[in-house]
Amino acid sequence: MQLPNNANNTKNANIAKELYDIVIIGAGITGCMTAYKLAGYNLRVAVAEAGDDVARGSTRANSAIVHAGYDPVPHTVKAEMNVKGCAQMPYICEKLKVKYRACGSLVAAFFEEETAALRTLYDRGTLNGVPGLELIDAARLRALEPNIADSAVAALWAPSAGIVCPYGLCIAAAEAAAAAGTEFFFDFSVNGIVKDDDVFHIAAEDGRVLRARCAVNAAGAHVREIALMAGEDNFPVRIIPRRGEYMLLDKSEGRTVSRPLFSVPTDKGKGILLTPTVDGNMIVGPNSHVVDSPDDTATTADGLAELTEGAARTVKNLNTRAVITSFSGIRSTPDSGDFYIKASDTVPGLLHLAGIESPGLASSPAIADRALELLFAMGLKAEARCGFTGERPPVIRMDELDDGAKQRLIEHNPAYGRIVCRCEGITEGEIVDAIRRLPGASSLDAVKRRTRAGMGRCQGGFCSSRVAAILSRELGIGMEDITKNGGASYILTGGQR
Amino acid sequence: MSGDNLTESKNTDKPDNNIKSYNNIEKKVVIIGGGPAGLAAALEANRGGIPPGEILIIERDRELGGILNQCVHAGFGLHLFGEELTGPEYAQRFIDEIKAKKIGYVTDSMVLSVSPDRTVTFISPRLGFGRIAAGAVVLAMGCRERTRGALNIPGSRPAGIFSAGTAQHYVNIDGYMPGNRVVILGSGDIGLIMARRMTLEGAEVRCVCEIMPYSGGLARNIAQCLDDFGIPLLLSHTVTEIRGRERVEGVVVSRVDENLRPVPGTERYIECDTLLLSVGLIPENELTREAGIEIDRVTGGAVVNQDMETSVEGIFACGNALQVHDLADYVTLEAYRAGMSAAAYALRGPGAQDPAGMIPTRAGEGIRYIVPHKIARGAAAGVKLFFRVSGIYRDVTVRLTAGVSEKGVTNNVRLRDYKKRIVTPGEMEQIEITEKTAAQLQNAVSIGVELCKKET
Repeated sequence: MQLPNNANNTKNANIAKELYDIVIIGAGITGCMTAYKLAGYNLRVAVAEAGDDVARGSTRANSAIVHAGYDPVPHTVKAEMNVKGCAQMPYICEKLKVKYRACGSLVAAFFEEETAALRTLYDRGTLNGVPGLELIDAARLRALEPNIADSAVAALWAPSAGIVCPYGLCIAAAEAAAAAGTEFFFDFSVNGIVKDDDVFHIAAEDGRVLRARCAVNAAGAHVREIALMAGEDNFPVRIIPRRGEYMLLDKSEGRTVSRPLFSVPTDKGKGILLTPTVDGNMIVGPNSHVVDSPDDTATTADGLAELTEGAARTVKNLNTRAVITSFSGIRSTPDSGDFYIKASDTVPGLLHLAGIESPGLASSPAIADRALELLFAMGLKAEARCGFTGERPPVIRMDELDDGAKQRLIEHNPAYGRIVCRCEGITEGEIVDAIRRLPGASSLDAVKRRTRAGMGRCQGGFCSSRVAAILSRELGIGMEDITKNGGASYILTGGQR
Repeated sequence: MSGDNLTESKNTDKPDNNIKSYNNIEKKVVIIGGGPAGLAAALEANRGGIPPGEILIIERDRELGGILNQCVHAGFGLHLFGEELTGPEYAQRFIDEIKAKKIGYVTDSMVLSVSPDRTVTFISPRLGFGRIAAGAVVLAMGCRERTRGALNIPGSRPAGIFSAGTAQHYVNIDGYMPGNRVVILGSGDIGLIMARRMTLEGAEVRCVCEIMPYSGGLARNIAQCLDDFGIPLLLSHTVTEIRGRERVEGVVVSRVDENLRPVPGTERYIECDTLLLSVGLIPENELTREAGIEIDRVTGGAVVNQDMETSVEGIFACGNALQVHDLADYVTLEAYRAGMSAAAYALRGPGAQDPAGMIPTRAGEGIRYIVPHKIARGAAAGVKLFFRVSGIYRDVTVRLTAGVSEKGVTNNVRLRDYKKRIVTPGEMEQIEITEKTAAQLQNAVSIGVELCKKET
């Protein structure tokens, strides 16, 4: 069941001789969901990712909400993808064994003047085909969310919205694709694309080259650079990186609201949001500030203060001192405001999945479907893959087992009896599995995203050195080579003198 | 080396090694945690009449000793043994005795739950899933460090940010250097110890920042770990931003005002590749909470009586899981008390206590907390009150009081005064209740400690 980790041994293989049908550039939710849907066909697919793991860009840090689809302007690509994607999400999560909660979402108005905006959203959503939308009064809102601020007057109720762990979904989709033969290439920072005899030669900074008949540009904040590299001389999309800061609160605050609770949007954005996570924490955020670099994911004192104040206007009784961590994510906002999902006019075989900002997570299944349609329209020939079930190799979660099952598992594999992360109760067996799966974890944060080891109250204070030792042993590399999240994010600066 | 070799756990010197399964067995006294508190509690439970085979220490790490194993500096045992030992040496004295007396212990074993009826479950690679019915339980889980997240420091999230204890584990247990140029935030004892340790290992410690106007560490550590090495201690300063994309590249340090808010214009950028955090310790009490045991919000540990018994009878607490100590010697003494009480309870069985006869302790002016939280009226003599003050006070009177109720009004009457040249939050204080004082408590509704002088 467990395969050797390929994160490193493919790095040095002579991969240039392999000819893929498709190379997807970017292993965020858009790229991985596309790889997942392509895995249903007998195609040779590779995914090239600049980071050390899947879900390293916007997919890592966002509001973790499957939006219902009342936000996008009607008749846009975004509106269509959002509503179609949202409808698929519960089924995909069921198949991939990813936690999904169909909790609906609310947009609350706090002044009478704001109720007109609720009506606008309601009309938009209805035009977009969002099922079950309702305008509700303060009494019903309070019944749904008892902690809402006293000033709330009305709300828009969208029962089809949900919450999901975005990187968990991305990892699951990647694992299901990998199980069907999709190959992942990490630390593959694309710096040149040449098309020669109908074959794309996609080169990384370190000299590796991938060859493919079709290329899918799913590079998030970097789609324009990739398009220009591929010879697209008239690429219409410009990305404006907008940073959103978040605070993650302890599980003690996880019941402040029961579903995503937005405020009526203003010209500044959707307002400060509060939402529970599928793991029982509470997220507060995001604000929205344009930044110079799409890699600038710092947080600021002003930004965090903005979140605290915004949250205090929305709900009562929120203990913002229960912050476990704060973080920020980059939205890859297209200047046009709409998703750009289109085959290239000038470079045959090149497909752009560009400008995918919020609601990109909710839209991802529909974007992937559209991507397949466009690839097949290019003349790509494929048949359904024999035996593909759409499921990922099973994952053991120790805390979900009963006592007898725990005993049997530990007898079978004693590593499941050693708890490494005390806060979340994660065993060595689960960590080893996360490293050996495909695509496997090769850094501390990659282990954390897969197992939650290091995500609890002590934030890895106890377990990080133990996880580093397990990574070192499993990957056959020195402790000094273990990173937090790839690149030069080394944990240690050397052995003792 | 840590966390990697399953065969290592098959030590043959374990007295309990011949037992194949721990599922559904009984033990008189089960001790959770094999650090200084757990070791002392086990030895004392044995002295209190529990046979060695009826005691079981459950330790989650590979070896007994707890955090002492990574404290390779000297300074342990001055009070207890009258000599200066390193952490591992101090621990070894107790471990040797445990082994000599064949007191039961298992390592590499993590307790999952403690129920109010004293059923303890745990898992371990060697023993699988275990469930033990315990006559008495001693909670000795120690504490953990506060994190960056709890402080909400803005900036990027690169590698190179460690709690001081994590860095200490890397250096002293794993043998690796976590950084070359270091800023330390917080002047708790581990931070001070690590300032010296990193310097001795060749790193440059640029400064130690402390948000309070005084250090939370022991005076001797400030002298021996900072002053002796010329490492600046910036009081009333904190880190207001972390910079660096992949690895820490520097931090911004700012002065704070009397409300601990950063003062604009005082920002200073300090280049470094590592930020160590020594910003407080939190008693480890997830098991305690899940057992429904009452927790003191100030200490973060269980509410206990003079026997170190928690609000759930037959479950006792001691060491850093009960209150964060600054000296291991005091942990040992506290654990002796818990171990002896647990033995007595296990031999006697439930139902001997009368809660009506309990006097609550009262943390008065200038006192942050007192442990124990309540004392049986008839057993007050010889009980030690442990407490911490809320600021630095010089030439101060520490007053022991008794709450006396008359016509619905309670007055705190002076029992005894103790003159102190200086008291600081970093050093735990103690007062022993004498026979004479105990006799004065016949009608008291509380026993209090307060300070009778202004803060300097």
